[in-house]
Amino acid sequence: MSQIESLQQIARELRWRIILNSHRTQTPHLGSCLSCVDILVALYWNVLKIDAQNPTDSNRDRFILSKGHAAPALFQVLGMKEFYPEKDLEKFGQDGSMFGEHPPTPGHLPGIEAATGSLGHGFPMAAGMALAGKIKKQNYSTFALLSDGECNEGSTWEAALFATAKKLPRMTVIIDYNKWQATGRSDEVLELKPLAEKWKAFGWNTKEIDGHNYAALLESLKDGSQSAQPTAIIAHTVKGKGVSFMEDDNNWHYRTPNEEELSKAEIELGIKR
Amino acid sequence: MRNEFAKVLTELAEKDPSVVLLMGDIGNKLFDEFRGKFPDRFYNCGVAEANMMSVASGLALNGFRPFVYSITPFITTRCLEQIRVGVCYHEAPVTVVGTGSGLSYTDLGPTHHSCEDIAFLRALPGMTVYAPADSLELRSCAKLILAENRPAYMRIGKKGEPRLHEIEPVLKKGEPVFLNPGKNAQVCLISTGTIGGVAKQISEELQKKGTSCAWASLPNIKPMSVDAIKKLAQTFSLIVTLEEHSRIGGMGSAMAELFVDENIRGTRLLRFGTQDWFLHETGNQNYARLRYGLTSEKIIPEILQALSSRNVD
Repeated sequence: MSQIESLQQIARELRWRIILNSHRTQTPHLGSCLSCVDILVALYWNVLKIDAQNPTDSNRDRFILSKGHAAPALFQVLGMKEFYPEKDLEKFGQDGSMFGEHPPTPGHLPGIEAATGSLGHGFPMAAGMALAGKIKKQNYSTFALLSDGECNEGSTWEAALFATAKKLPRMTVIIDYNKWQATGRSDEVLELKPLAEKWKAFGWNTKEIDGHNYAALLESLKDGSQSAQPTAIIAHTVKGKGVSFMEDDNNWHYRTPNEEELSKAEIELGIKR
Repeated sequence: MRNEFAKVLTELAEKDPSVVLLMGDIGNKLFDEFRGKFPDRFYNCGVAEANMMSVASGLALNGFRPFVYSITPFITTRCLEQIRVGVCYHEAPVTVVGTGSGLSYTDLGPTHHSCEDIAFLRALPGMTVYAPADSLELRSCAKLILAENRPAYMRIGKKGEPRLHEIEPVLKKGEPVFLNPGKNAQVCLISTGTIGGVAKQISEELQKKGTSCAWASLPNIKPMSVDAIKKLAQTFSLIVTLEEHSRIGGMGSAMAELFVDENIRGTRLLRFGTQDWFLHETGNQNYARLRYGLTSEKIIPEILQALSSRNVD
């Protein structure tokens, strides 16, 4: 199996776990989770230098899920990468559990850098982390994953201005550009087009890629992780990617799958339970 | 006070390499010495307070002690969400510093007044709140903040505040610092922050009129020391709070909450602060104080009235 095929296999498994969890726990934001699965897999299985056994090492790369509503995807990733035992995820959504709809604060779960969920916070916090590394002359890379809806927030653009002015090195943002936000087409809610040109105009080293293409993801993420200039990756994605009846259907921002839909998803993803 | 802030922070940064200063494009030349000495620990973050506050959180979560400085309403209510989520929820040791607090910037208009900031910030879980009255108190507050490792808010004045202390006071968390112990006084005036000069005037004028009046400054509003306030209530029959902040949610409100929670009886609490309206007319700080009833001429009769009605009781 080639490297890319093996990443695709991991992504199928991850999608299945996210969908199953959504079904079991009635957790929404499924479409938002599925659209960024390939980005997360590329990062965690091939780009990020983070030791799951030493997740607070000061030289680790920083990954901030600025689109905090995709936490159900990140939680599965961190479980698969053994930041904590996978069986802990069985407590998802239970009273007193740290696994909810958004990430908790860093001290409460290994592998989490910031408690996000209020949009437009994670990226500026990531900029602060990149600045901390610059002051301390550390060589870690900082990544923030944003939703396109998050580009509605003024603070996103404040941080974009800040990062280039302060020449933050090895700072990468990935926009999960699935063209939907909570209640409508993102370009109709607030005009984002032309998104890549906007980031370019803000002085960012900007790349526009297919956010489900591993070759493109790996190349652009690795480039961002080494660039002296802040890098923006506009990742064109499909909301609900991986399951035909969820793809590009914004009902799956809030819906959770029933038994029948779960079985269909299982077949489509080629999962053997 | 802002000059003193720049000075003390430069001194603290000499000793502590984790101190970083972020500012929102204000204070022309104010931080030249800091910037000159520590160019990699000084950042003008522009007129973008939301980003600046989140950047501070990111720095604080990675070993730094950021001080984030701008004009009070812009560094508090403008980016309240970022303070709530990035700073307080993360327990990030960021110090928010608001300059020109209360009515210090009266002549700039209500966009620059800040009479609600204590209310908003003291409601945030884990936040500590400081309001020094003069340069020496500011110095003590800054040291106390740095000695702790938690979110802090310090509201300071601008320049020209009267010096109230003769030497740098030793601050104890949440405790008032007596500036006039008031021999056999029944009344104790508690002031916080920029209005200390008026409190001093009230205390002195009452003395001249033959009424002994103790006066203490309370620079650390949250957490307020329960023991220290209970002791005050045991000593005095009338406690008068004075602040350049709304009567809603400020230091006087915090005191009233403590009175209720501790079931303090037999001691009257009289609270002075700004009223529930914006000041539309322009003027200087004394004009605004006059309009809001925060002058010795307005307050002294009310104190005497309260004292006499107590004596009748």
